[in-house]
Amino acid sequence: MYARPGILVVGGGIAGQAVCEAVRDRDPDVSITLVCGEPHRPYDRVRLGSLLAPEGGDVEALRLRPDTWYEDAGVRVLTGVRVTELDPELGRAALADGTDVVFDHAVLCTGSDPLVPPLDGGGGAHVFRDPADCDAIRAAAAGARRAAVIGGGLLGLEAAHALAKLGCPTTVVHLVDRLMERQLDGPAAALLAPAIERLGVDVRLTHASRAITPTGLVFDDGSELECDLVVVAVGVRPHVELARAAGLEVARGVVVDDRLVTSHPKVLAVGECAEHRGVVHGIVAPIHDQAQVAAQTLAGSPCAYAGSIPTAKLKVMGIDLVTAGAAEGPREVVDAAGDSYRKLVADPDGRVIGAVLLGDARGAELLIDAVRTARETDDPLALLAEASQATAAELPDSAQVCNCNGVCKGAIVEAIREGPLGSTQEVVSVTRAGAGCGSCKPVVSELLKLERDGAAEEPAYLCPCRRLTREQVAQLVREQELTSVGEVAEACGAGRDCGACKPGLAYLVSELQAGRFREERHARFINDRVHANIQNDGTFSVVPRIRGGVVTPDELRRIADVADRYELPMVKITGGQRIDLLGARKEQLPAIWEDLGMPSGHAYAKAVRTVKTCVGTDFCRFGLGDAIAVGIELERAMEGLHTPHKVKSAVSGCPRNCAESYVKDIGLVAVDGGWEIYVGGAAGGTVRKGDLLASVASSDEAIRIALAFLQHYRERAEHLERTYAYLQRVGIDGVREAVLDPAEQAALIERYRIAKAASDPDPWRERDAPVHPRQFAELDGAR
Amino acid sequence: MSVTIDTWVRVGAVGDVPLLEGRSVTVDARRVAVFRLPDGWAAIDAVCPHRGGPLGDGLVAERCVTCPLHGRRFDLVTGEQDGGDDVVAVHDVEERDGELWVHLT
Repeated sequence: MYARPGILVVGGGIAGQAVCEAVRDRDPDVSITLVCGEPHRPYDRVRLGSLLAPEGGDVEALRLRPDTWYEDAGVRVLTGVRVTELDPELGRAALADGTDVVFDHAVLCTGSDPLVPPLDGGGGAHVFRDPADCDAIRAAAAGARRAAVIGGGLLGLEAAHALAKLGCPTTVVHLVDRLMERQLDGPAAALLAPAIERLGVDVRLTHASRAITPTGLVFDDGSELECDLVVVAVGVRPHVELARAAGLEVARGVVVDDRLVTSHPKVLAVGECAEHRGVVHGIVAPIHDQAQVAAQTLAGSPCAYAGSIPTAKLKVMGIDLVTAGAAEGPREVVDAAGDSYRKLVADPDGRVIGAVLLGDARGAELLIDAVRTARETDDPLALLAEASQATAAELPDSAQVCNCNGVCKGAIVEAIREGPLGSTQEVVSVTRAGAGCGSCKPVVSELLKLERDGAAEEPAYLCPCRRLTREQVAQLVREQELTSVGEVAEACGAGRDCGACKPGLAYLVSELQAGRFREERHARFINDRVHANIQNDGTFSVVPRIRGGVVTPDELRRIADVADRYELPMVKITGGQRIDLLGARKEQLPAIWEDLGMPSGHAYAKAVRTVKTCVGTDFCRFGLGDAIAVGIELERAMEGLHTPHKVKSAVSGCPRNCAESYVKDIGLVAVDGGWEIYVGGAAGGTVRKGDLLASVASSDEAIRIALAFLQHYRERAEHLERTYAYLQRVGIDGVREAVLDPAEQAALIERYRIAKAASDPDPWRERDAPVHPRQFAELDGAR
Repeated sequence: MSVTIDTWVRVGAVGDVPLLEGRSVTVDARRVAVFRLPDGWAAIDAVCPHRGGPLGDGLVAERCVTCPLHGRRFDLVTGEQDGGDDVVAVHDVEERDGELWVHLT
């Protein structure tokens, strides 16, 4: 099928990929060939900086689409080969490997090359454009005393920040008197420079570089910066050589009309190589607009590209900076306070033409949309203030709510209406908004509430397919004395349709029936079928129990031997003071456990995890309580218990909180004269200081209260509800009443004892008694 | 190991796959996941089109599987993604005299 001419996409960057997708969306049959000059299939160049991470980066992790996408979409991909010659008239392209590709239409997505200013010794400079550049920069940074980045624009600042994170002292050298002068006005740039310096990057403005010498960088005024690594990031130059040689009209970029057609009707151009109405875009957002128009042109639909509003977001941790459109103009309003600067620019007719948000990017979605649609406003200052308070209701339908999965407001509202959907959980599962990092879930809930006219959400269903709540299923389990997930499915259908609730059902039945619960492995997530944590490549991680983070030399030797013997690619100290052996294959697990001779750490399960400790009174001169002994005792008391979601704990020997007890699900802190128990803390995607549940005189009492709280949470929380979410929902007062009341506490402790007795302290013993003979084997025994 | 007769390939024994679970196998250089369902068998490409997750390790319900990595869900009869546009190839699988046979489609 590839033999017949079709569409040739030249260039495998973000633009080439966007064109392939947009064309395929409109025409399932047309033959598409994508030629990538780099030896990689299209990857997200915007996140190139992540490849400078200290441990190195894998360009595969930045891939825009997996191999199967190209297979399924019928897109032929050639990598590591460039188009050397284009003959639009004949519809033929010659490749560097001597072969030809014929085409009906070609789309040039050749992107741009880094611009290197004329410098003496400039050959020694690095550029920052592709994965190979990142490897070279990282290698050079390893031994460098200082790095210099020439260029204080978006790319230069991101490169400098990445270098600083590598631990290399870094200076940004910029020609003009302010950073990011293309996007920022003077006052915003003046705030940005100190913010960048606070991240450990020196900034030198108004410095023209003249030469690179073996000892550093020499400026026009004769001064010198000592450094042994120079990265140039002053801008890009459209890659137009192929187009020029083919006789196409070229100015700065390849000239295209409103249909993105070049001077030859068979050839289009998209992205950084294209020049439209005199403008060449060097950022990512316009690419998607252009790819859509190009695909419409190729499909023969009427269309016109009217240009894009440039928007930029600095991807530097700790600095909120979003800009759209013009930074300066006829009418400007500014809201500046301390480190934040918010500005809106309007034309004489009151239409919004630009926005700069630094230090406080609230309302960015709404303001970008206002610039895009040139919204008219009588009072720009009011619009600016309104945006910072903007609720989900005021967001335009086009505003992107979930950045992880690219879901806009309109799609979420439509899904809620079409469903109709009644709970946040349903909306997340249908739209996937909030299914990534989860940070947009509050907006999703807000949209749901609006659509339901403020009505309370429908209950969270344990089984959304059959609309059954945890309480309804629990009642059934009690009444009919059901002891397995299979029996629950038989009784009410829960778990039969999509199966996603089966682990939740298994937890519920095990919690209610304790010792009478019958395990069915099909109801468990893969982690709980093989007692290890599945990783992105399908291998597993192994974390042995290391109570309180205390380990013996002999255990360390065994861990090291196992890592060697099974050639495990990484051994990592975890945040919970344990050791993680990564990259084990499923069939290796039983032998690894045998050789370790340590029990499972339950790091893969919705269960009690580690209890982190500080050295407490054993060695610390500040210690008030014996954190290690108390932590180990607490871990022994809790280990093996499954929970609605994972439970992380810590014990700190004094309020300096070195074990981070304040941000754990359960945290104990020794204070003068006793112990404090904190619950509902978190330091993951959500950061929350735990609520003080109680202050008591002895560690025994503290442990008892911690266990009563654990049991209370085990019985009351929804499946996959962390303690912080549970406490936010029900409030600490009610929990305190339930856990501290002597009679209730005694009952909780009694039920905890029953559950503990029924729990499996070491599922790794299944190495000797597997639940199924092929528990750890694939059909062919090897991957 | 496997014996090829016509285009059907023997991939293992019936007892190798527990009820409502999946196991994977390479057939003709292609990774295929075989599932044991309450009323028979199903086989699909084992690699999730999203990020390459092992579908054979997914949670299995009566006619769908959920990828263990990011929760993409696929119908075991049609191969279509639930709530999305991805599709995985569906293959023929049969039980004969206690053996499992797969035929790539």
